[in-house]
Amino acid sequence: MSEIKTQNAKDFTDAPLCLSGRGVTKAFGIGEKRKLAVDHVDFDFHEGEFVSIVGESGSGKTTLSKMLLGLLNVTEGQILFRGKPRDISSGRKKREYWKGIQAIFQDPFSSYNVFHKIDSVLLDCINMRGGKHLPKEKKIEMMTEACSFVNLKFAELTNKYPFELSGGQMQRLMIARIFLLRPNILLADEPTSMIDACSRATILDMLLKLRDETGMTVIFITHDIGLAYYISDSVYIMEHGKFVEAGAPDKVMLTPEAPYTKRLISDVPKIHEPWDLSTVDLLQQEA
Amino acid sequence: MKNTIRQVFHSSKFVTGFVILVIILLTMFIYPLINPGNPLEMIGVGTFAKPGTYVSLYDASRTGKETLRLSDADEKRLNRLLSDADRVSMVEWFSAMGIDISGLDISDTDALLDLWKANYTPDSKPAGMTMAKRNYYKRLDKAIKEIGASDTLIITEKHAETGELEEIGSITKTDYVNVGQVANVKSLPLGTDNFGRDVLKELVSATGTSIVIGLIAGTVATLIGLALGLLSGYVGGLVDDLIMFVTNIFTVIPGFVLLILISYSIGQDQRGAAVVAIVIGFTSWTWTARSVRSQVISLRNRDHVNLSKLSGHSLIRIVLTDILPYIASYVVMAFILQVSSGILAEAQLSLLGLGPKTTTTPTLGLMMNWAMLYSAHTNGSWWAYFPVILTITCISFSLNLMNTGLDQVFNPTLRD
Ligand SMILES: Nc1ncnc2c1ncn2[C@@H]1O[C@H](COP(=O)(O)OP(=O)(O)O)[C@@H](O)[C@H]1O
Ligand SMILES: [Mg+2]
Repeated sequence: MSEIKTQNAKDFTDAPLCLSGRGVTKAFGIGEKRKLAVDHVDFDFHEGEFVSIVGESGSGKTTLSKMLLGLLNVTEGQILFRGKPRDISSGRKKREYWKGIQAIFQDPFSSYNVFHKIDSVLLDCINMRGGKHLPKEKKIEMMTEACSFVNLKFAELTNKYPFELSGGQMQRLMIARIFLLRPNILLADEPTSMIDACSRATILDMLLKLRDETGMTVIFITHDIGLAYYISDSVYIMEHGKFVEAGAPDKVMLTPEAPYTKRLISDVPKIHEPWDLSTVDLLQQEA
Repeated sequence: MKNTIRQVFHSSKFVTGFVILVIILLTMFIYPLINPGNPLEMIGVGTFAKPGTYVSLYDASRTGKETLRLSDADEKRLNRLLSDADRVSMVEWFSAMGIDISGLDISDTDALLDLWKANYTPDSKPAGMTMAKRNYYKRLDKAIKEIGASDTLIITEKHAETGELEEIGSITKTDYVNVGQVANVKSLPLGTDNFGRDVLKELVSATGTSIVIGLIAGTVATLIGLALGLLSGYVGGLVDDLIMFVTNIFTVIPGFVLLILISYSIGQDQRGAAVVAIVIGFTSWTWTARSVRSQVISLRNRDHVNLSKLSGHSLIRIVLTDILPYIASYVVMAFILQVSSGILAEAQLSLLGLGPKTTTTPTLGLMMNWAMLYSAHTNGSWWAYFPVILTITCISFSLNLMNTGLDQVFNPTLRD
């Protein structure tokens, strides 16, 4: 917890690019119902950077993350991987791509196959990293290490099913999975929004620790701009599928330009100050 | 998994259906052990022998006798001889001849016989009575006379060379044999059919064949439907369009019409039970394919599938381990319904004369077909078709009950 209290963002503008987007767009539906969930967004994520994408629910964050992961096709625009156009046209190329980019989803309860035991979830990761032919003891040692990284005991989890764990434990197991996989990029889509407040800080702590140990790029999606301020190196604000503001957390938080950002900031409850509800009225007038 | 099975067996509907089915299956396996032999053997020469126990007259007459003097024996003999129809005919004769029958009680056998003996003459020709009817009365009169005529029947044997009749024994009204000691007693609980075959034995064998037909048809339909549904649902795009096009064609043509056409074109000789089953399966997969497809579509964007993709799993592995287990309960239910409708489809086909070829194995449908062709329903031979209908109903009822039970377990919203 202690690490998260102060803002200590680093500047990654000179670091090598890992993921960039140019005019990335996703449209759902056809004809009258056609709707742009992600609307011509540009971005540059650097290696080792902790990026936050902040927006309200329905602003297109999950859709963008699915496109970044290659789970959804891009309607328009281009995603660049390490500066070159990303090629995931075949199943083999996709599998190669996924060795470098992994995800933690919003809902831990639906992220696991309920028919598979925890062991097989972790073994899959070892196999994916080419550890298929390692001796059994070595595999168990790796799984134990991964579990203890997220404060879980493998001996207690072996032969259990994911749904026997709590939401917080499941999400920690997801981080253990990332620990074993060691991707270059981790996409965490609101990983703490479905779990209790106590587990929330622990999970953030672990994500930061993982980033510090492995130097991976973390793309952290959240609706909580206050949280994003404390943990990110750069922040993107998303409204109705568009990035309305982007930059270092200090710049975005202290000198916001877009009205949407101002509203998000004023919605953060502040201790020792009366809670400002004026924007709620504004919102209602808009609606 | 273990939990689910326990839950399934807590559903009273499922258990009831399961028990009925198990009873049917047990009968199928145990009855042939008790009553072995070819179920299509024609043991009777006449058609439609009534249900009951048949005692060999020849053997009975050669079985050790006991004498029993039973006070009501004569009365029973008379009552059995004069059926209700005979009594009504006698009254008809009386009225045709203008004899006073006021005060006559039709169930009073003695009074009826007295009146008959006093008035009947074979030569009398009541106005408007047909020859056949007059002959019937002559036979009736002869039978009535025989009851009273003698107390003793003489058994004679024809001498092999001279042809002379030689008395070898006699039977009196007080002679009885123990059924258990008669060499040949045949029990036909459901009588015989139009070809003189033991209906119960035939029914048990037919039930087995029909269930096998249902299983084959259900398996074929479920496999085709499952494979196409999984493929079109998961892969989507052009593959989906193509498969749905074919499915729609099969849906637009009513399955049963297609079934009739295919069965007809295969021809009687090639239509064994297995072929018929496969044809049935081949024409009934469409709704399995459709519903599997829609289930897969709702599953394919779930996070656990996405995670499996990210873990580098192949398409086949994802379909088999991340999609199939989630719809397995549904597929089992669809399979059960397909089995049930396969059995019904065979019955319908056979009723139309398009079932399996008739010489080798009986099926429930064929039994219905035979009963119908030989007018069992009009000549009162209920045992030739009613037990078949009952069996089909029981099988389909038990399968549907099991299905409803499963549905309640797997869809908690349906629980009452
Ligand atoms: N598969 C889909 N089909 C149609 N519309 C979708 C689909 N997925 C998301 N959307 C729409 O796109 C918009 C953005 O959704 P999403 O990316 O989930 O937002 P967020 O994650 O920011 O809450 C929403 O309006 C949602 O209704
Ligand atoms: Mg979302």
